[in-house]
Amino acid sequence: MMETLLDAFPTLALLAWEPPGWGANLMRGLGNSLQIALGAYALGLLIGTFGAFGKLHGGPVTRDLLAIYTTVVRAVPELVLILILYFAVTDLVNQGMVAMGYARVQVSGVAAGIAVLGVVQGAYSVEVIRGAIMAVPAGQLEAAKAMGMPPLKTAWRITLPLMLSNAIPGLANLWLIATKDTALLAIVGFAELTLQTRQAASSTKAFLTFFLAAGILYLLVTLLSGVIFGRIEKWARRGQRNHGAGQ
Amino acid sequence: MSQSDTPKFWQTHRIVLAMFGAAIVVLCVLFLRWDWLPKYLPLIGEGIWRTLWLLAVTSVLGFLLAIPLGLAQAAGPWYLAGPARVFCTVIRGTPLLLQLWLLYYGLGSLFPQFPAIRQSELWPYLRQAWPYAVFALTISFAGYEGEVMRGAFKGVAGGQLEAARAMGMPRLTILRRIWLPLAIQRALPTLGGETVLQLKATPLVATITVVDIYAVASRVRQDTFIVYEPLLLLAVVYMVITGLIVLAFRWFENRVPSRVA
Repeated sequence: MMETLLDAFPTLALLAWEPPGWGANLMRGLGNSLQIALGAYALGLLIGTFGAFGKLHGGPVTRDLLAIYTTVVRAVPELVLILILYFAVTDLVNQGMVAMGYARVQVSGVAAGIAVLGVVQGAYSVEVIRGAIMAVPAGQLEAAKAMGMPPLKTAWRITLPLMLSNAIPGLANLWLIATKDTALLAIVGFAELTLQTRQAASSTKAFLTFFLAAGILYLLVTLLSGVIFGRIEKWARRGQRNHGAGQ
Repeated sequence: MSQSDTPKFWQTHRIVLAMFGAAIVVLCVLFLRWDWLPKYLPLIGEGIWRTLWLLAVTSVLGFLLAIPLGLAQAAGPWYLAGPARVFCTVIRGTPLLLQLWLLYYGLGSLFPQFPAIRQSELWPYLRQAWPYAVFALTISFAGYEGEVMRGAFKGVAGGQLEAARAMGMPRLTILRRIWLPLAIQRALPTLGGETVLQLKATPLVATITVVDIYAVASRVRQDTFIVYEPLLLLAVVYMVITGLIVLAFRWFENRVPSRVA
């Protein structure tokens, strides 16, 4: 079976793990991609949570600044933002280091990637979480207030659990966007899956084999994420009525 | 929206913010280097035109492709619904950059091996980059919008279709007169967002040598070693186009009656 497959498509041997094959490189790239996606997603959620509360309960200046942030970031292509932020972040860090009397440093690709994609993710998360919070029934919050719950406790015990089930579908989408946006870091030369694939492909000339293999890897990540988020949504919706079958 | 209780837009803090923003713009104009701008202006115009052209062509073609994709998933037999679902999943599950490179480098390296293709009349086009760009962006838009159209077709109230059937309307006429218009109306609010996403996907074609506005900015950066100014210009250009798209769809949505009496 394996033999006949290899005879029919000799380039498949290039996917082997050991050095004539490039399998290890691809998997390293996938690891990098997932690492950045996880970091950026976490940073985005952090920005999103604070941003959403700021947009809903902040003062007029906070709200306007947040509106500018979400509007600008969502209107400019990720690729352009990545370049701007990548150059700007590297520049700022270096100027800071020089000002403090240290030598210039090379900002690590992972850190820069997480920072840049996190800022992009944050803008989308703010909107998703804000929408989810707004969908929390006002009666629940009034009840909490009537019981004399302090605001932070209300946020933790009432708003967060109730908004979670509304937010999960949007957040699942954002996670998928995060995994796919890591591919854009290939443009700034970061060795994630897409760039590793391209390097492997152009040095072996087996373009179709490698790009299809990388596509399958991305697809597996997507499908697996779908299953996991389905589970999480089911858990977040526990005890709710009229929300059948994860719709 | 947050200021619905106070209809006045120009409150004190907003005036301060606007002055602050204006000051930043003035500082950018005065202290950043813009001397390269006149020389590259024709190229920038061409780049913007190509970006808009790509956006318009791929969105329209993608939407036309999305209608059968959505219909097949919403109401088709399994042998149509299955492939449509797989197509949408694959397109939505892999990065566009990878799809683009797969098509351009993968197919592009495969095609010359077949003499039949090299002798065909399509060959002069297949040697260029833009057909791959158009194709990749089109199927990407179709994949995302196909999913939206599936929901839109499914969401059309059953009574409307039953009424049409009860009047003895043929199936194709029902689709053309009742089902499709109602589905498009339901999909319209998301269509604007999808178009903005499509705009934001267009700069990827610069990686396969199509010269859009992003590629022009990269070229300025490489030619003159000026880093921030071309990128800022690029951001402004994209923001303006996004604003125009949003305004156009808002105008269009207002023209379409949202509630039938």
